[in-house]
Amino acid sequence: MGWVDHELADEFPDLALWTVRVEAQSGRSPEPVRERLGELSSRITGGHVIHMRQDPVPWAYRVFWRQIGIDPDTTRTPVEQIALDRLQWGGLRSRNLLDDAITIATFETGVPVVALDADLVGDQLGLRLTGADELLGGSGRPLSARQIVVADEDRCLAVLSGEVAEERGVTPSTTNMAIGAIQVKGVPRISVEEALWTVTETLSVGG
Amino acid sequence: MDGDGDPVGWGLTRRIALGRVLSSQSGRGNTLPDTLELRTPYQQGPPSLPPLAPRTAPDERPARRTLLDQIERLEQELSSVFVSTWPRKGFEFSVASRGGPRLLSLAELELLRDDLATRVDDARRSLSDRTYVEEKHRCRIEEMLLAPEEHKWVRIGNDDIGEPGCKHWHVRPRMGVLGILMNWWRVKISSGCPLAKGPCAP
Repeated sequence: MGWVDHELADEFPDLALWTVRVEAQSGRSPEPVRERLGELSSRITGGHVIHMRQDPVPWAYRVFWRQIGIDPDTTRTPVEQIALDRLQWGGLRSRNLLDDAITIATFETGVPVVALDADLVGDQLGLRLTGADELLGGSGRPLSARQIVVADEDRCLAVLSGEVAEERGVTPSTTNMAIGAIQVKGVPRISVEEALWTVTETLSVGG
Repeated sequence: MDGDGDPVGWGLTRRIALGRVLSSQSGRGNTLPDTLELRTPYQQGPPSLPPLAPRTAPDERPARRTLLDQIERLEQELSSVFVSTWPRKGFEFSVASRGGPRLLSLAELELLRDDLATRVDDARRSLSDRTYVEEKHRCRIEEMLLAPEEHKWVRIGNDDIGEPGCKHWHVRPRMGVLGILMNWWRVKISSGCPLAKGPCAP
C-alpha cells in the first residue's frame, strides 16, 4: 500500500493508493482478452450507463471527483468514460494488452487503475500535493501548485485524474510495470484488490 | 492589554495615583486637580480595545468535513434527479469545475456546495414542471381516445409524455375528406420509427 501525504490524509481519511509490481510486457492483446472485451461491451447498455452513477463504487468516485474540484460530467470518472465510449463507438475497441487489462479491471470493479514503468519510478509510490514549480514526470508539463498527484520519492508521476507522465509511463519496451489503484471513501478494499488482481491476471494471459 | 502594554483599566488607576503624587509634591494643595485625571476617561467613554491578533490559526477541519459531507449528499441528490429525468432531454446537470484535482480552499468548497444546491434545486423544479405537463398530455390522450371528434388533428408523441421512442397518437378523419364531412374521427397510433440501422449494420 502506498503512502498518502498527511494533508491529503487529513482531508480524505479513506484515500489510499494500492500498488503491485508485475513482470509483464504489453503488446497486441491475445484472442481470449479480445473476447472478454467483446463480452464486456455486450453487457453495457444505455440503461446500465444511466444507472451507473447510482451504483456504490462509481458513485463514490463521482463524489470524490466533485470534492477535488473536477466536474464528473465534464471530466468523467474512468469507469463512466469506458461506458460512454462503448455507447459512442458501439463496442470496446482493443488497443493493447495493458490498456485492455485496465479497461476490463476498471469496468468490472469501478476502480481507476494507473500503470507506470516500474524501472523508471521509485520503490515507494504515494499520493501527495504538488509544490510550486513542479513538472509532471520531472521534465514534462508544469503543474499548478497543490494538485493531487501520484508520486514517488523524487517526482510527480501522474495526475490523479489520469494523465501519466510520458517518460514514466509504460511503453512497448517496458518489462516491469507498477500498477496502482486508487481507493476512496465508500469503496471496499475487496474491489481495489479485485481491480489489481484482474489487471495482473489479464497481463499474465498475454504474457 | 492597552496600547502601552498595560492591562485594560490600569490607566485610570495610575492616573489617579500620579495626580495624587503630583499634588503632594507641588505642595499647593489641590492646584493640580485629581478630578481632571478622573474625568477624562469617563468623558471619552471606556478605552477602546485594539483588535486582538489571533494567537493560533483557526482549525478549518470540522468546517471542511461538514462541507465535504454536504457535497456528498448533494451529489447523491443530483444523481437521483438525473436518473429520474431519463429519457427526457434538455436538463442541465453540470456544475463548473474548480480546476482539480486539487485540495479546494474553504471558500471554494462553500461555493461548490452552493452551486450544487442551486443545480439540484433547478433540476428538481424543471423535472416537476415537465412531469406536470406530461401528466396533462396523458390525460389528453385518454380524452382523445374517448372522444376523437373533440380533438381534431391533435397529435401527441412519446416525447410529450416523457417516454423514449417515436410513438405518437394522432386524431385523423376516417376515410379522408368524407370523414371530415361526416365528422368521423379516430385516433391513429403510430408504432414509431423502424429500428435504427447504423452504417456498419450486419
